[in-house]
Amino acid sequence: MALVTTIHGEMDDSLLEKKEGSLDNDNETTSWVEYWLDGELVHRSVNMALKRSVVGTAIAASIA
Amino acid sequence: MANTQAMCTSFKVDMFNAVHAFNATGVPAHTAGVADTFKAALYLTSATVDSTTTAYSSTGEVTGTNYTAGGVTVTFGTAPSSTSTTAFITPSASIVYTTVTLSTSFNAVLIYNSTQSNKAVSVHTFGAQTITAGTFTLTMPTNDSTNALLRLA
Repeated sequence: MALVTTIHGEMDDSLLEKKEGSLDNDNETTSWVEYWLDGELVHRSVNMALKRSVVGTAIAASIA
Repeated sequence: MANTQAMCTSFKVDMFNAVHAFNATGVPAHTAGVADTFKAALYLTSATVDSTTTAYSSTGEVTGTNYTAGGVTVTFGTAPSSTSTTAFITPSASIVYTTVTLSTSFNAVLIYNSTQSNKAVSVHTFGAQTITAGTFTLTMPTNDSTNALLRLA
């Protein structure tokens, strides 16, 4: 038994339906967990790892 | 030996550290030995944040339970570094929005300097998300010359 933070406050996870998913592409690796109560989404958390850096190119131009 | 045209890699690291000032106008005040504070704000899929963004704005920012406008502080606990000719830096901890409800889809995070007039640093986009009474965690990539979040090559 574990408590889950929901829009209705903390609830015992045994009362909830748990759904999990993940996504992996060139931009990110993402996983999420959802808890549902009688068809209502009451909790959704996401953990995301970004893969693409932001790169600035530094250039020293020729003088001549 | 030979001479080779290049931008010095040490200069690239210095840029992350605000060492050089080429123009007196607009040079911000820095306190020796004190790093600026950086923050991360989330933006709706309907917003426009991109390379032209110059500073944080609440326009298009997410709103919701337990989310504070302006976002959360980003921890840069590791000094900028370089490998070969690439300078780089990555936040030393995940960016975490704890127990928030963000019901409208968002797909971007703006990192900005809250010490220096909220000036923009970078925009990172991702697949659209919503959060319900949960936690949104952005895990940082490896801090090296090929994966770091911010790189000057």
